[in-house]
Amino acid sequence: MNKGNFMGTAKEYIFNNMVTILFVILCLVGLSLSGQPISLVLNELVIRIARNSFLVLALIIPVIAGMGLNFGIVIGAMAAQIIIIAVTHWGIVGVPGFLLCVVLTTPLAVIFGYFTGKLLNKTKGQEMITSMILGFFANGLYQLLFLFLIGTLIPMNNPVLMISGGVGIKNTVDLTGGIKYALDNIFNRSLYYVVYNMALIALVICIALIIYSVIKKKKNLKGLIIKAIISLVVFVGCQINSVAILLNYVGVPIVTMLVIAALCVFNILIFKTKLGQDFRTVGQNPVVANASGINVDKTRIKAIVISTVLAAWGQLIFLQNIGTLNTYGSHEQVGMFAIAAILIGGATVSKATNKQAILGVILFHTLFIVSPTAGKNLFNNAQIGEYFRVFVAYGVICVSLVLYAWKDYVKAKEKITL
Amino acid sequence: MKEKIKTFIGKVGLPRIIIAVFFILLCVLAIPLNLSVPMLVSDILVRFGMNGILVLAMVPAILCGIGLNFGLPIGILAGILGGLISIELNLSGGLGFFVGTLIGIPIAILFGYLYGQLLNKVKGSEMMIATYAGFSAISLMCIGWLLLPFKSSEIRWPIGQGLRTTITLEGRFAKILDNFWAFNIGGVRIPTGMLLLFFIGCVIVWLFSKSKTGIMMAAEGSNPKFAIASSIPVDRMRIIGTILSTVLGSIGIMVYSQSYGFIQLYQAPMMMGFAAVAAILIGGASTTKAKISHVIIGTFLFQGLLTVGLPVINQMIKESNLSEVIRIIVSNGIIIYALTKAKGGAAHE
Amino acid sequence: MGGYSLNEEYVLRMENIRKEYFGNLVLKGINLKIKPGEIHALLGENGAGKSTLMNILFGMPVIHSTGGFQGEVLLNEEVINIKSPKDAMELGIGMVHQEFMLIPGFTVSENIKINREITNSTIISKVFGKNLKKLDFKTMNKDARKALDTIGIGIDELTYVSSLPVGYMQFVEIAREIDKSSMKVLVFDEPTAVLTESEAETLMNTMKVLANKGIGIIFITHRLDEVMLVADNITILRDGEYVNTLKKSETNVIELAELMVGRKLEIIQKTDDDIEEHREKILEIQNFNVDMPGERIKGINLDVLKGEILGLGGLAGQGKIGIANGVMGLYPSDGEVIFQGNALKLNNPKEALESGLAFVSEDRRGVGLLLDSSIELNIAVTAMEVKNKFLKYFGFIKFEDSKEIRAYAEKMIKALDIRCTGPTQTTKSLSGGNQQKVCIARALALSPSILFVSEPTRGIDIGAKKLVLDTLVNLNRETGMTIVITSSELAELRSICHRIAIITEGKVAGILKPQDKDANFGLLMSGLEIPREQGVD
Repeated sequence: MNKGNFMGTAKEYIFNNMVTILFVILCLVGLSLSGQPISLVLNELVIRIARNSFLVLALIIPVIAGMGLNFGIVIGAMAAQIIIIAVTHWGIVGVPGFLLCVVLTTPLAVIFGYFTGKLLNKTKGQEMITSMILGFFANGLYQLLFLFLIGTLIPMNNPVLMISGGVGIKNTVDLTGGIKYALDNIFNRSLYYVVYNMALIALVICIALIIYSVIKKKKNLKGLIIKAIISLVVFVGCQINSVAILLNYVGVPIVTMLVIAALCVFNILIFKTKLGQDFRTVGQNPVVANASGINVDKTRIKAIVISTVLAAWGQLIFLQNIGTLNTYGSHEQVGMFAIAAILIGGATVSKATNKQAILGVILFHTLFIVSPTAGKNLFNNAQIGEYFRVFVAYGVICVSLVLYAWKDYVKAKEKITL
Repeated sequence: MKEKIKTFIGKVGLPRIIIAVFFILLCVLAIPLNLSVPMLVSDILVRFGMNGILVLAMVPAILCGIGLNFGLPIGILAGILGGLISIELNLSGGLGFFVGTLIGIPIAILFGYLYGQLLNKVKGSEMMIATYAGFSAISLMCIGWLLLPFKSSEIRWPIGQGLRTTITLEGRFAKILDNFWAFNIGGVRIPTGMLLLFFIGCVIVWLFSKSKTGIMMAAEGSNPKFAIASSIPVDRMRIIGTILSTVLGSIGIMVYSQSYGFIQLYQAPMMMGFAAVAAILIGGASTTKAKISHVIIGTFLFQGLLTVGLPVINQMIKESNLSEVIRIIVSNGIIIYALTKAKGGAAHE
Repeated sequence: MGGYSLNEEYVLRMENIRKEYFGNLVLKGINLKIKPGEIHALLGENGAGKSTLMNILFGMPVIHSTGGFQGEVLLNEEVINIKSPKDAMELGIGMVHQEFMLIPGFTVSENIKINREITNSTIISKVFGKNLKKLDFKTMNKDARKALDTIGIGIDELTYVSSLPVGYMQFVEIAREIDKSSMKVLVFDEPTAVLTESEAETLMNTMKVLANKGIGIIFITHRLDEVMLVADNITILRDGEYVNTLKKSETNVIELAELMVGRKLEIIQKTDDDIEEHREKILEIQNFNVDMPGERIKGINLDVLKGEILGLGGLAGQGKIGIANGVMGLYPSDGEVIFQGNALKLNNPKEALESGLAFVSEDRRGVGLLLDSSIELNIAVTAMEVKNKFLKYFGFIKFEDSKEIRAYAEKMIKALDIRCTGPTQTTKSLSGGNQQKVCIARALALSPSILFVSEPTRGIDIGAKKLVLDTLVNLNRETGMTIVITSSELAELRSICHRIAIITEGKVAGILKPQDKDANFGLLMSGLEIPREQGVD
C-alpha cells in the first residue's frame, strides 16, 4: 500500500518538475563530456550567477500578478543602456558612476514600464506575445535613437563613443575605466572565504537558537539540529585540502551577491504588504479582485513598472561585469535567456519563486559553459555545442509554454465535465 | 464630414493610414531627389512578387482560427530542404525549381501536420507557441545543417564540417521565374513569371475558400462553438489550415530564394514569419479575419515602403541603415496594433 | 399588504420602485418592507424582477447607466442614495451571491478580507506610500475567526478555500459579509441551489442565527418548502409587478405557487387538440443524464409525441436547457435516446443532425450564428456540412453552389418574413428577432423530423416575440413538424404547446396541459408535488 503511494507521489513529482530534472541530467552529461576542470567551470559559473541573477529575479512579480513571463524586461535593459552611454559620455567612472547610473535609470525605467503596462492592459490574454513584440518594437526605436538621432537632433560630440561620420554611437562601447567592475570590485573574496565564514556564522546562529529554544522549553528542535549539523559539515569539509584549493580558486564579488540577496528578500517582503497581496489577488482571479474593488489595471501596471526598474538595475549589474556594451545587441537576448533560466528552474507562467530563479540560473549557465566543449568532444565541432545551447534556450521556453497551455486547456475541459 | 473621416480612421486603423501616407511621402520625395522612378517601380514589383506567397500563407492560418502564423519558419524549412535536395540531385533551370518546390510540399505537409497537432493542444495560446516552435525548429535545424549528409560542393563548406550559410543559385534556378516571359514597359521591368505564380497562388487559395472544406474551415475559425453544433470537425479544420499555411510557406521560400539568388540557411529565416504577419496586417487583416485583397495590398505597401525607403533615406542621411530600423518599427508596430484589437486571443473556447 | 403594524420600525423599506430598461418597464411599483431580525422571502419566476430589484438595492452600475430608478429606499427610516456597491456595503447592506467570489488559492481568512486587509505602518510605507503597509495577519485571522463563530461554522480560518467542499464556500462568503461594517440587511440569492440537503439545512439555521442577531434577511429562492420552513414574511413578484406580501403563518405552498404563476393567458393552440391517445412516440428519452454546467440533467424519462409541440419549462438552472443540448451531443450525456425506433448515438452532433434532429440554440450569438457572415451562408452552412446540400461537384472537389444558396435564402427570407436588406446582409446587424429566424431557417434547411428550439424569444422585443411563436405554430400546423420548445417563459409555453414538461432539479417534475391550474405549475417548479385533490381541471 505504501509502496504504491510512494510510486504515485514520485511520478507526480517527476511530472511536475520534468524540465528541471531533465536539465540536471543534461548538465551532468555535459559536464562529463566537456572534460573541463571543475575549478574553471565553478569560477565561470559564480561569475555568471552574480551577473545574471538579478535580471531573472525581476521576472517574478509579473508572474505572480498574473501577467505571465515579462518579455518586456528587455525594455528595462534598454533604459539602463541609454543611461550608461550618457554617463560614460560624461566621464563619470567607478562606483559614483555606477550609482549615478542607478539613480538616472530608475525614472526612465519607470516611464518605460508604465507605457508597457498600459499596453499590456489593452491586450489581456495575450500579454506574453505582446511584451515580446513590444521588445522588438522598442528595439527599433532604440536603434533609431542611437543610430540616427545622436549627433543630429541630439547634439553630441564624442569621437570615442561615436561613429566616425559624426552620427550615431559605435557598435561597442568599452566600459573599462568606466563602470566596469564598479560593483564587483568593492569587496572581492574567494569562494573559500565565503563558504568558510558563512558556515561558521550559520553554525553559531544555529547553536545559539538551540540554546534559546532549550531555555524557553520549545519543542521543535529537529529542524535546527539538522541545520546545525549541515553547517558543521560544510565548515569542516571546506577545509579539506582539495576542496579548499578548489574554493580558493574561485572569486566571489561579495557586494553584488549581497545586492542579489537583497532582491530576494525584497521579493519575499513585498508579498507581505498590501500591494503584494493585491498582486496575488489580481493574479489569482482578476474578476474577484475587480468585484472586491481592487483597481486591476492599475495593479498590473505597478507590477510591470517594478519589474522594468529591476530589469534596468539588473542590466546595469550585467554590463558592469561584462565590461563591454554591445550597443545594439547587449539587450536582445536578455529577455529570452532570463525567461529560459527561470523556466528551467521550475517556474511556470503562473508561479515563480526566488529558489526557482537561482536554481534556473545555475542550471542554464552551467549548460551554457559546457556546451561548446562538450559539442567539440562529441561531434568534433564546437559550433554544434553553441547552436545546441541556443536551441536549448528556445526549446525550453517552447516546451514550458506548451506544457502550461496544455495543462490549462485540460483543466478547462475538466471543469466542464465535473 | 468629420464624422465620416472619424469612422473611416476607426475602420481602417490609424497605423495603416500612417504607413500608407509615409509610403506615398517617400515616393513623392523620390522625384526631387533624382532617383530613377522606373528602377524603383521594377524593384517594388520584384519585392512584391518575392514575398507574395509567404504572405498568402497567413490566410489559411487566420481563417482556420490559429491566428497569426508566427511559426511560418517551419514551412520555410520544408521548402529549403526541397531546394537543397534539388541542388543535390544536380537539377537546374525550370526543372530544378519545380522539382525542388514539389519535393518541399510533402515535407511541408508532414511538418504542418505535426505543427497543427501541437497547436490543437494549446488553444488560446497559439501565437506564443507558434513563435517559439518556429524559433526552436530553426535552432534545431542549425544543428541539422551541420550534420546533414549533403554532398554537393555548392552546398557544403569546402573545408570543415557542415553546410554553407548562403548557397548561391547562380547557374541553377536563380531568377528563373523573374525572367520567365519578362518584358519591359517604359523602363520598368515586369517579372512576369513570378507575378504569374503569385497570381495562380491567390486563385488557388480563393478557389479553396469556395470549396466545401474551405467554407467549413472559415466557419470553424470564425466561431468554433457554431462549428461543433454544426458537426464541423474543429480539430481537423485547424490542421488543414495549418498544413495549407505551411505548404504555402515552403512554396513561398522557393519563390523568394530564386528571386534573391541565394538559399539562406541557419538563423536567416528566423524572423521571416514576423515580416509576413506584418505585411498582411498592414493590408487590413486582423487576428481573426483575412482576405486575399489584404495579402495584395499589404505586401505591396510593406515591400514598397522598404524598397523605396532605403534609397530615399540614403539620399537624405548618408551611410545609414535606417531602412532596416524602419522595417523593425513598422512591422512590429502594426503587430502590436493588431494585438490590441484582438479580443482575448486567436481561439475562443 | 397585510401583516405589519404601522408603529414598528423597518430596517429596510423599498417604496414604489419602478425601473425602465430602454422603454421596457421591468419593475412596476414594487414595495418591500423588512424589519430587523426578520427573514423575508422574495418569490417569483425568472424575469419577475427579483434580480433587478436587488441590483437597485446594491447600486449596481447597470442600473445607473440605464437611467436609474424611481421610488425610495429607506434604511432605518432614512432615505438613502446608493450609487455603487461600495455605498451599499458601507451602509450595511450585504449580498451573498450565487457565483462565489472566492479565490481558491487563498486561505479563508484572506478571502474574507479581500481588499479590506488590515495593515500596519512601517518606515517604508511612510516613505513610499500606504500601499506598502505590512499585512497584519494576526488581527485578520482573529477577525475571520470572529465572523465564522458568529455564523456558528467550525471552519478553520487558515484552511485554503480550494480544499473546502463546495457547500462550505457559501459560508465563507457569508462570513465575509458579516465581517464588513455592521451588517443591517443581508440578501441571500438562491443560496441553496448548489447545496446538499444537510448543507441547506445548516445554511437555513445560519440564517436564523443571523436573524436572531437583529439582521434583516432577504431570502430569494424558488423552493417553496424552504420558504415555509424559514421565512417570516413572503413577498411575491410577477412580471415586474408586486403581487402580495403574506405572513408565512397565513399561507401555504399552494397559494404561493398560484400567486407566483397565475396570469392571464393567451392560448393560441387549439384547445380541442387532444393528442395523447392518438399519436405515436417519435423520441423516447430514458435514464438520461446531461452534464451541462448550470443546467444538469440527472436521469430523466421523457417521450416526445409525433407532430406535437412539447414545451420544456422550469426555472433557470434546473436543467431544462440541458435536455436539447444533451440530445444533440453538445454536452456530455449518457443514457438512452430512441429516435423513430432506433437508438441514437449520444455525444455525437453529427449523428443527431444526420438522423433528422435539428437544434436552434439558446445562445443565439455564441453558438447559433456566424455573426460576420451573410444571411445566406448562415442558412446554408450546416446543411452543406451534414447533408452535402448546396454543392456542385468538379471531379472530386465540392464547391459551393452560390445560385442554389441564394435561391434558398430568398425563399426562407420570404417564408419566415426575415426583415433584412437582402441575403448578403451580415447577420451581426440584424435585430434579435430576425437573427432568430435565420437560425430557424438554418435548422429547416436540414429538413428535420424534430426541431428543438431553446429560448426562442429571449432578448427579442415584444412585437417580434409573437412573430417567432407564430412561425413555430404555423410550422407545426402546416407541415406536422414535431417541435420541442424549451423556454423560461411559462406563459409562452402555455400559449402554444400541446403539453408542457416541467423540469426541476434535473428531473421531470411532471407533465401538464396548458390549461392546468396555475398552482400546479408553480408547485412543480418549486420541486413540490401536486396534492392528489388538485388534479386537472
